[in-house]
Amino acid sequence: MHSSYDRPSLLHRAAAVGGLVFMHFPVLIIVLYAFTTEDRTYQFPPPGLTLHWFTDAFTRSDIWSALGLSLGVAACATFAALVLGSLASLGLARSRFWGKEAITLALILPIALPGIITGISLLAALKLANVELGFWTIVLGHATFCLVIVYNNVIARLRRIPRSLTEASMDLGADGLQTLRYVLLPQLASALLAGGMLAFALSFDEIIVTLFTAGHQKTLPIWIYDQLFRPRERPLTNVVAVMVILITMLPIIAAYRLTRSSEERS
Amino acid sequence: MNVTGGGALSAAGGWSRGLSTFFYRRPNQYVLLLLVPPLLWFGTVYLGSLFSLLLQSFYSINDFTAEIVREPTLATYKQLLTQPAHVDIILRTMTMAIAVTVACSLIGFPVAYYMARYATPRMKTFFYIAVLLPMWTSYLVKVYAWRLILAKSGMLTWLLDTIGLGRALDAALATPVIGGPTLASSYIGMFIVFVYMWLPYMILPIHAALERVPRSLIQASADLGAKPGQTFRNVILPLAFPGVAAGSVFTFSLTLGDYIIPGVVGAPGYFIGMMVYQQQGLAGNIPLAAAFSVVPIVIIAIYLTIVKRFGAFDAL
Repeated sequence: MHSSYDRPSLLHRAAAVGGLVFMHFPVLIIVLYAFTTEDRTYQFPPPGLTLHWFTDAFTRSDIWSALGLSLGVAACATFAALVLGSLASLGLARSRFWGKEAITLALILPIALPGIITGISLLAALKLANVELGFWTIVLGHATFCLVIVYNNVIARLRRIPRSLTEASMDLGADGLQTLRYVLLPQLASALLAGGMLAFALSFDEIIVTLFTAGHQKTLPIWIYDQLFRPRERPLTNVVAVMVILITMLPIIAAYRLTRSSEERS
Repeated sequence: MNVTGGGALSAAGGWSRGLSTFFYRRPNQYVLLLLVPPLLWFGTVYLGSLFSLLLQSFYSINDFTAEIVREPTLATYKQLLTQPAHVDIILRTMTMAIAVTVACSLIGFPVAYYMARYATPRMKTFFYIAVLLPMWTSYLVKVYAWRLILAKSGMLTWLLDTIGLGRALDAALATPVIGGPTLASSYIGMFIVFVYMWLPYMILPIHAALERVPRSLIQASADLGAKPGQTFRNVILPLAFPGVAAGSVFTFSLTLGDYIIPGVVGAPGYFIGMMVYQQQGLAGNIPLAAAFSVVPIVIIAIYLTIVKRFGAFDAL
């Protein structure tokens, strides 16, 4: 099938590979810097390598409490997003009614508009209502865009499940709960899991909305953000950055495999 | 024992069954029941907040007491659109957004084109993951990485010095307006970081559009005597354009709203996002912050209507 006409030019190949390298080397640099022995400047190449900063970070209570807060927020936001997002997708997947277009459009707004809009509007509303900022206001902001992620994942799956499946289940004598438990949920499980994991990862490293709604709370991204402007603990920041990469990467890779394997089956 | 248990079960089954039948006959009520909790949440939290933001952009701030005056007025918008400093900020942000969008499409197109046309299925998966991974890597960590790379003694300076382009870098940094003392404090540096951050958002829609170009169309064009260059210009490029337009929505909107990158990397000039963040924070001037954040909403709305004509939404 492949004729010589179908082969890329050398220049094109170089451009494609160059693009990929450009997209990946910054992350590798971060990992490298986490091991550098130089702690005052960003000297490259690093003069030497050490594991010292990892053990240092391990004993820091402020890093641990920021990590705990981030994990807690991500867990709560993911839970709320899973419940609300799947309800919304179940309601919108097969129904037709007046105003549905408007609702689906409104549901993608949190990811279509820049994050700063979500942040400033939540803050403006919370201030107007005299709500004190803290843990739950962070969750409130995160759940809003996490809901959209779950909704997108679940509705994509629902569109592929034939309606006849639930009807057959009911015809065979199952009631609504049984149909949900034995027919719908097994079909949706991997989509829910994937959506939940993406939502978790998104919430865990969110900064744009969080800075507006966090008040005096410090999530792990806010801890890094502070270091960007008042760099006191350069080597530790590198270690925390590597930590964040790992914690967000694992659920994302899992989510990718989950959605892929189910797509291949269908 | 057994009998009552069985009876309870069948009664429960009957109750649940009855409910299922009830909702099956009345799909509207069923949908309503499902949609009420998420829409109630979404409507109050998100849309309610958006509305309150819009409302507060029509409030003003008392210059002497620094208190917010809750009376509808256009004074804040007048302040936004007539003060030269504010207009500068809007123009600067838009220029950056346009430059970043153009650069992303120029760098992203070859990658997407390679993925869609030349890569074997195995390579395709590899490329796909290779584009997705950096997109999902922590935003802040990526910004931080660039801070390390662009620093004065950092990796990029070292690289350019090693390959003998140190002079070129100095010349670029000496350019007025876009230059600066170091890469990390110049518009060139900021531009590089923006392009890096949003590149995957451009590659994926272009790739999706190119995947949909039927191979037979390209063969037909070749059969009819078109040279590869002509096929590319007259067949592939027009069909890929909706993808570029869709990607540009992301790169444009993301650049307009960002306030962290211009703060971490870049020249002293302000951007819309920074202005929003600063006005609500230190200055406590929520009305001006609100008015400033309406600017990207309006620009994006206009942009979306233009881009919709190019079929950008079919490519998403």
